[in-house]
Amino acid sequence: MRWIEAALALGLFAGMGQAPRSLQSGPPQAATLPTSPQNPVPPALPAPTMQPVQPRFVVVLDAAHGGSDPGAKLGDAVPEKDITLQLAGRLRSMLRARGIDVTMIRQGDVTMAPLDRAEAVNHAQAAACLVIHATATGSGVHLFTSSLAPAARAQFLPWQTAQAAYVTQSLKLESELDTALAHAEVPVTLGRASVEPMDSMACPEVAVELAPLVAGHVTTAKPITDMGYETSVVNAIAAALESWRSDWKQS
Amino acid sequence: MISQVQKFLFAVLLLACVAMAAFLLRLRNRAQDRLQAQSAMAPAEMTESAGNPVKTVALYVPNDLDDSLTAVEASVPMPADESAQARVLLQKLIDAFGAPSSTHPIQVAAGIDDVYFLPLTREKGATGPAGQLAVVDLSGALAAAEPSGIEPETLTLESMLATLHANLPTITEVHFLVDGQQRETLAGHADLTRTYLASDTMTQSQPAETGIGTGAGR
Repeated sequence: MRWIEAALALGLFAGMGQAPRSLQSGPPQAATLPTSPQNPVPPALPAPTMQPVQPRFVVVLDAAHGGSDPGAKLGDAVPEKDITLQLAGRLRSMLRARGIDVTMIRQGDVTMAPLDRAEAVNHAQAAACLVIHATATGSGVHLFTSSLAPAARAQFLPWQTAQAAYVTQSLKLESELDTALAHAEVPVTLGRASVEPMDSMACPEVAVELAPLVAGHVTTAKPITDMGYETSVVNAIAAALESWRSDWKQS
Repeated sequence: MISQVQKFLFAVLLLACVAMAAFLLRLRNRAQDRLQAQSAMAPAEMTESAGNPVKTVALYVPNDLDDSLTAVEASVPMPADESAQARVLLQKLIDAFGAPSSTHPIQVAAGIDDVYFLPLTREKGATGPAGQLAVVDLSGALAAAEPSGIEPETLTLESMLATLHANLPTITEVHFLVDGQQRETLAGHADLTRTYLASDTMTQSQPAETGIGTGAGR
């Protein structure tokens, strides 16, 4: 048995004596190429400098509902899922025209569980997440952020309350959207809400709920399907996200 | 061969089983009688409420246009029992939703099936009273009549939370059921799986005019 122990010990020490290749210092060519007159040593290449990886500015658009979940019935029995998908599609085009990368969580009329949505959103590591909804109640655009209390960001976030670490940023994003919609003369209401899967999303996020325009002092009544109204909302949101990108780059 | 001891043990176990079955049946019948008596008493309580002392209560009525809650005073005959009080308050609030001038129109006759109270355990180091959890059992008719959307559904829940909190301060947490069952959402949006803090609403007593941008609401 002693010879087995000795062999194992030798093997172990032999392995320990060599540093892993990735940890060896100096250019790798000098260590691997044999030096002979037929194969001269090439001139040493300058060590590559490590470029810091710039995170991409990605916006996630989550068109709520879809498939077997139609959402609210709007206007002439138009399901909410169609309006949200149409709005998200138009917003995607507008953002891409401004050079902003967009990830759509739902591309067509498919059913998606809240858990799958949150997983897809978190995978995108987005700088802004907009959850698009629509309702027949109220007037203008309703902006909602999570009702969770703000919490410090940690390496691991609890799934059910991941948004708590981003609530402060979400409120800033909401403020950006509010300002842009004010410029577009669209009535806005702000609120906090508990809607799945918003609390599980690890990004600055706002739920944007489009409602018809009710006639007021400065607004005329417009249905939710009015293209002009929808365009003004989409333009305002795109402008807000462009402004958010500038802030994001500076920070 | 089965020994005498084993035979005796078997007989004792058999007797215990029969006794336990009889005891469980008796408990089940008692519980059934109690539930029947309660359900028979419930409508009577509601109708007898006319004979109860009239109290001035604050109802927090929502406004869909500016996403606000407005305190409205009402005089209501209030029963002595706290859970019956909660039921009367919430039904009065739902009646206000159906009024012709309502700013949050929901037409439903009976919106509340029941309200149960559960005592909460006091957290370590807490000094005040522990408070109570109110389990509000909404009717399926209310859920069906509720307009679908984040704003209307959130306003419905928050108006109930604010009304309970203002009139029954012992309620600290509220959980909502629909037809006695846990439901994921009220009408497709507002989360009903969580327990809400009764104080978790910011209310305004003056109705705000619908603003352009600059975020009206809560």
